[in-house]
Amino acid sequence: MAHTSQFCTFYLDKLLFGVELKTVQEVIRSLEVTQVPLAPQVVCGLINLRGQIVTAVDLRRRLELEPRAAGVPAMNVVVRSDDGAVSLLVDEIGDVVEVEEATFERPPETLRGTVRTMITGVHKLNNRLMLVLDTEKACQMTDTVAAGQ
Amino acid sequence: MSETDIVKDFLVESNENLDRLDRDLVGLEKNPEDKEALAGVFRTIHTIKGTCGFLGFNKLEKVAHVGENLLTRLRDGQLTLNPEITTALLGMVDAVRQMLKEIDATGQDGEADYPELRETLTRLQTTTAGNAGVPPSSSAAPVSAKPLTGPESSAAPVAKETPPAPVAAAAPAAVEPAPAPRSKGDPAQRKPARGKIGGLLVERGVVQAADIARALEAQEHGDRRRLGEILVALGLVKMDDVLAAQQILEAKLRDTAPETIRVGVNLLDKLMTLVGELVLARNQLLQISNTVEDTGLQAVSQRMNLIATELQEEVMKTRMQPIGNIWAQFPRTVRDVALGCGKEVEIEMVGKETELDKTIIEAIKDPLTHLVRNSVDHGIELPEVRVNAGKARVGRLTLRAFHEGGQVNIEISDDGAGLNGERIRKKAIERGVVTAEQGARMSEREILNLIFLPGFSTAEKVTNVSGRGVGMDVVKTNVEKIGGLVDLQSTPGRGTTVRVKIPLTLAIIPALVVTCAGERYAIPQVNLLELVRLEAEEARTAIEMVHGVPVYRLRGRLLPLVYLSRELKLANHGHPAGRIDDAVNIVVLQADDRQFGLVVDEINDTEEIVVKPLRKQLKTVKTFAGSSIMGDGKVALILDVLGLAQRASVVSETRERTVAERAADAAETAGEKQTFLLFTGLGDSRMAIPLSTLARLEEFPISQVEMSGKEWVTQYRGQILPLVRLAVVLEERRHRLRALQAPPAPDSGPLQVLVMNHEGRSFGLVVERILDIVEARADVKSKATRAAVLYSAVIGDKVTELLDIPAILQIAGVNATHSELATKAAGVAN
Repeated sequence: MAHTSQFCTFYLDKLLFGVELKTVQEVIRSLEVTQVPLAPQVVCGLINLRGQIVTAVDLRRRLELEPRAAGVPAMNVVVRSDDGAVSLLVDEIGDVVEVEEATFERPPETLRGTVRTMITGVHKLNNRLMLVLDTEKACQMTDTVAAGQ
Repeated sequence: MSETDIVKDFLVESNENLDRLDRDLVGLEKNPEDKEALAGVFRTIHTIKGTCGFLGFNKLEKVAHVGENLLTRLRDGQLTLNPEITTALLGMVDAVRQMLKEIDATGQDGEADYPELRETLTRLQTTTAGNAGVPPSSSAAPVSAKPLTGPESSAAPVAKETPPAPVAAAAPAAVEPAPAPRSKGDPAQRKPARGKIGGLLVERGVVQAADIARALEAQEHGDRRRLGEILVALGLVKMDDVLAAQQILEAKLRDTAPETIRVGVNLLDKLMTLVGELVLARNQLLQISNTVEDTGLQAVSQRMNLIATELQEEVMKTRMQPIGNIWAQFPRTVRDVALGCGKEVEIEMVGKETELDKTIIEAIKDPLTHLVRNSVDHGIELPEVRVNAGKARVGRLTLRAFHEGGQVNIEISDDGAGLNGERIRKKAIERGVVTAEQGARMSEREILNLIFLPGFSTAEKVTNVSGRGVGMDVVKTNVEKIGGLVDLQSTPGRGTTVRVKIPLTLAIIPALVVTCAGERYAIPQVNLLELVRLEAEEARTAIEMVHGVPVYRLRGRLLPLVYLSRELKLANHGHPAGRIDDAVNIVVLQADDRQFGLVVDEINDTEEIVVKPLRKQLKTVKTFAGSSIMGDGKVALILDVLGLAQRASVVSETRERTVAERAADAAETAGEKQTFLLFTGLGDSRMAIPLSTLARLEEFPISQVEMSGKEWVTQYRGQILPLVRLAVVLEERRHRLRALQAPPAPDSGPLQVLVMNHEGRSFGLVVERILDIVEARADVKSKATRAAVLYSAVIGDKVTELLDIPAILQIAGVNATHSELATKAAGVAN
């Protein structure tokens, strides 16, 4: 058991994602979101997290997945970023998993586009793959995303 | 306390003292007789010298030492302060400051030991020492002489005491040293001591009240000795009693002096954040208590409300600083700049005690410094120029600060040459900032405010302080960044005043909360002018359209309306933008120098909101200035009024768009009435042209209209007159071409034609119906909404569009010149 690290996992469109546990501040059920008109589409709005105003990013949109079906409540994974806390909206929360470095592999070359910049690699779990998400990148609004409003 | 703590304290204290030194020295230069200020300067340097000797900063000590020597001579009256000495002393202050910086950074007082500076300081104290040797003895004489000759009424007893007089003269010298270190220094401390010591002595029964009165009288007659000394000299009390009384007094004074402690700014910021949270919680509590029928809860929440409000105010106060803190450096700045360019400038400061939030103080420091430098460098003229212009030799720079309507106003005025509007206009045209035509039309005030545009400098020669064209625009942006405004007024030959208006604080602001499409938005109160509510019936008629653009007449002026739901692309719940059949709420806002009406669904209330900045994900959205948590815990966005105005094109980023308005403004400032020809061009829209552009009014039967190629023409006074149909020009582009080429319908009625000349060509403008000729001032305008129109104005109580003749000709493609006819037609018109 050399290097192990813990990941908080969640599901997005049936894919399993993981973010490093230490970057996660908390996980909460859906909160009331205030829409921000004219904002980039990936920004869902603002939420009041106990007096702290946190930007909610729709991860499905950010990762260019199918939009979430209407009426399905999202979960908030609140992560710490350079610029304060950001809430990532996901479909469902998974377990906390502990993985070894040995199971890690870089993303396949065939994974291209903006998604590649956000997925640093894959951990090969026993029965499925866990995609490692770079939260810092995911919270960043690149020009193309911002322009795509 | 460890040594590093001592050093830290020493640094903080010394830096504060040095700032005061700058001020005191410049003050002293003007008023060298001010002994108290001199004593203050001396004490500061003395303290620094003493402390750094103790802490082992030898180089710093050396510099302070020579400075102190020079100051000793000044204090003792052996030297008088002159500009040379002041410069040297200021140089010493800079050197000390530099070394303190070194100490802060490295813990050592640096390599440099400033031999030149020390030499200058030493030289200055010796060169003039020779001729200053006499004054001390001569100045001592009158002091001791006066009390003896002065009091006529009490001459007898004093005369009896004459023998002790020489003793008395010697006694103070002996007495002096003991109380000196403590009380001599601070004049503020000395004064009350002097006033009360008599009372205390009487109280202690060592002296009679009458004796005190006698001694006081002697003081009034010019005896400069202290009361105790006089009493001792008169042999009424013993020296020990006086000293004891003095010690008691000083102890009392120490007790009553207000206590202060140093608190880190971080701690205050943290407190501020917490209070912000508390205010939010308070708002939520109030909202809940209003819905619950519970008197107990309501009473508690009311009290909580009061306490929170008060707490908020007090915490805000801890962060408030008098503006004098940043002004303190200005006398020095002014002196240095003035000296550098050979000018003489006096600075006056009014309202130093005006308080501002720390963050704002920091934010306006640089802009203000720039404005002050600018005034001295460019505003105030050289002394000779001033004398020639019949002004005082010494220029005057006045800084004024005062509170007004929840904002702070800061004015920087000089009595210099003022701004030359013509020169700015020329420069602006030269630099291509405005076209020659625009420049000619702009009002004086607009011209002056051009200097706030980037890359604009009118300085004839670039100096090292200002005039590089990177000044005023930065000033403006920095002030606007904190929600402030800059305005400039100038009278040639009389001076310039720059007025800066800034909010008191940024953290908690009063705001108007409105609802649009089910979401709440906060509008900062500073941008708010007024609220207008139009009932459904009223709204139908009061909101007029200028080619699809809604406007409202607010006290006779056209106010462009902006629908918030439309600008924010909100889903139109029940309030479709544009469908004007419900009550309309208009929030009249000020953005830059423009006003506009923001139409919202509902106006809720004003509230104190805590501003939270938007995170980087939303930085691109310019319409919002921040967010805040409302009473019910939901997040609301704070509108950025300027950003919104820009989005809605109320405020243009390019200057092009406002040209027409400016033209109109120029007409307005001239205050001239113009005669207009009113007519309808298409449907019922009223249009006008100035009568001066018209040659004749004609009516042509349709049968006289012929086709020349694709152009409508008619024979008119032996010439061919092209006809331009206004209805076609105003037609949308795609229909226009076909309409242009269509031959006249044989069954239509006679044509109403305005025969006009424009730059040597004549043409007939075919309109629908000629209405009237009126004399009016086109004083209400809004910008043009279509190509052929210059601007809209209210003429004869109705919105009327003024036509842009060159644009019409261009659209119609009329280019044939008929110069002969033009002159003829003009002749007929005359």
